[in-house]
Amino acid sequence: MTHMEQPTIAAEDGRATAPTAMPSDAPLVLRGVTVSYGEKPAVFSVDATFPARSMSAIIGPNGAGKSTLLKAALGVIPRLSGEIHIFGRPIEKTRERIAYVPQRASVDWDFPTTVMDVVQMGLYRKVGLLGRLSGSLRGRARACLDRVGMADFAHRQIGQLSGGQQQRVFLARALAQDADLYLLDEPFAGVDAATEVAIIDVLKLLKTQGRAVVAVHHDLSTVRDYFDHVFLINVRRIAEGSVEAAFTTANLQATYGGRLAATHLDELSVAG
Amino acid sequence: MGAEFVQFSLTPILIGTFAAIACALPGNFLILRRQALIGDAISHVVLPGIVVAFLITGIVAAIPMLLGAAGAAIVAVILIEAIRRLGNIEPGAAMGVVFTTMFAAGVLILEQTDTSRVHLDVEHALMGNLESLVWFRAEGWHSLLDPAALATLPDELGRIAVACAIIVALTLVFWRWLKIATFDEGFAQALGIPAAALGFGLVVTAAIAAVAAFDAVGSIIVIAMFICPPAAARLMTNRLEHQIWWSVAFATLSAVLGYVFAGYGPLWFGGENAVSAAGMIAAVSGVILGLACLYGPHRGRVGVGKEEAAA
Repeated sequence: MTHMEQPTIAAEDGRATAPTAMPSDAPLVLRGVTVSYGEKPAVFSVDATFPARSMSAIIGPNGAGKSTLLKAALGVIPRLSGEIHIFGRPIEKTRERIAYVPQRASVDWDFPTTVMDVVQMGLYRKVGLLGRLSGSLRGRARACLDRVGMADFAHRQIGQLSGGQQQRVFLARALAQDADLYLLDEPFAGVDAATEVAIIDVLKLLKTQGRAVVAVHHDLSTVRDYFDHVFLINVRRIAEGSVEAAFTTANLQATYGGRLAATHLDELSVAG
Repeated sequence: MGAEFVQFSLTPILIGTFAAIACALPGNFLILRRQALIGDAISHVVLPGIVVAFLITGIVAAIPMLLGAAGAAIVAVILIEAIRRLGNIEPGAAMGVVFTTMFAAGVLILEQTDTSRVHLDVEHALMGNLESLVWFRAEGWHSLLDPAALATLPDELGRIAVACAIIVALTLVFWRWLKIATFDEGFAQALGIPAAALGFGLVVTAAIAAVAAFDAVGSIIVIAMFICPPAAARLMTNRLEHQIWWSVAFATLSAVLGYVFAGYGPLWFGGENAVSAAGMIAAVSGVILGLACLYGPHRGRVGVGKEEAAA
């Protein structure tokens, strides 16, 4: 079947099997990563390096494999080939250094649980399966809620929140993980302006604390304001680098094809 | 409530209650994962396993029947997954195909082979025989302290009590995993929680509950107990912890009231014969769900929440 053929193709491409010299301490490094849901690969032989102390955006059109790339990096979905290194080590040994914010729409918000319960899920790596939640950990969960401005909602059922408030709760849960690498899947999708500002403030603070932030991002008009580093993808890697070097008209056109009109590019004030 | 109650009603009520709780506990998670139908499927697919176990051993004994049923449940889970993945078919349809086919196979085997000597027929499979699980040697409440009388308790009681205890223990031990992975599977996997194995374990646990309960009370009550108490409980609270307690309370209430209504209800209305206890237990659980839909404090919660949030 075609499932069997794809690793071979990836290997012929010369990336999947080639040992590559990589900076061992980069927060997130992917080499020759291929992921396929059916017959067509969603992500094909992608190399990427996301730098420390910076905010990186994964950019590409719908169906370009942005979320898939993030999930493959987390080991949440299986990959056909490729290597993933988190701070130079395999994911299994570095889980406590990673925090993950899934797409808000990926869960059922009618689930019978409170805001505080969700944030405490972020403390799982500290308490384990059977450990008791100590008073100091509870205090930390409250502090994380406070950082996203949701302290007053701690005992609300999560279904009673607006979309922006739900996204803030997800961010508070990731903060409770106290990680060095934050992976976010479209954190600004469907949120109000106040929430967008609140989220970006929290993420920028994380960066100044020396942590790495990688976000799947849709809104091209805010890339320059929010991010330092971009990774452009459309199934394959198109370009990566600093915003100044890689967020260019040529690269965007290569990423989006005909779907991005020239007039839009003018408004984005991209370089080159 | 004297000697007659202990002799004829105590053990069926206890068996019904343990069976209801054993099914309701995994039912909570199956419903939240939108897999409620899998409980239904399991209660059907165990039939060919039980029949084949009987054909091989030639006796109606607990252990071979449990093993046969568990084997059938595992075969069914694998078949469902295989059809879903290879055929790219949605899970509900794959489940429907597998469980109706296996149930039909069980009925056919049952009809074509000589099981007339023993109490193993389609009616038994559907209704169980709760009323017959009486404690003949009991002479009153003091029999609970009499080792000779206790030794004659029906086997079904011990079996379902052990199954219920195992399921309670599993729910407590894996509580944190179940809660995180049921709410947000991707996040659970990112934390290193084996979410796929946990989901499989939940289905296997549901199968154990279905088989242990099936033997005593038949498949009708199994289907009702997986779905009705947890669904009613969800309408009473917005916290998973409280929902579990409500579901246990509703399961117990259904078993006790259902048995009493089946045994004595017809007499109150001038009838002469009792009705099926398993059927009445399932009916009571359905009525409880109906009442929770009408009067539960957290019914129609999604719409209310959105309006509040927008205001």
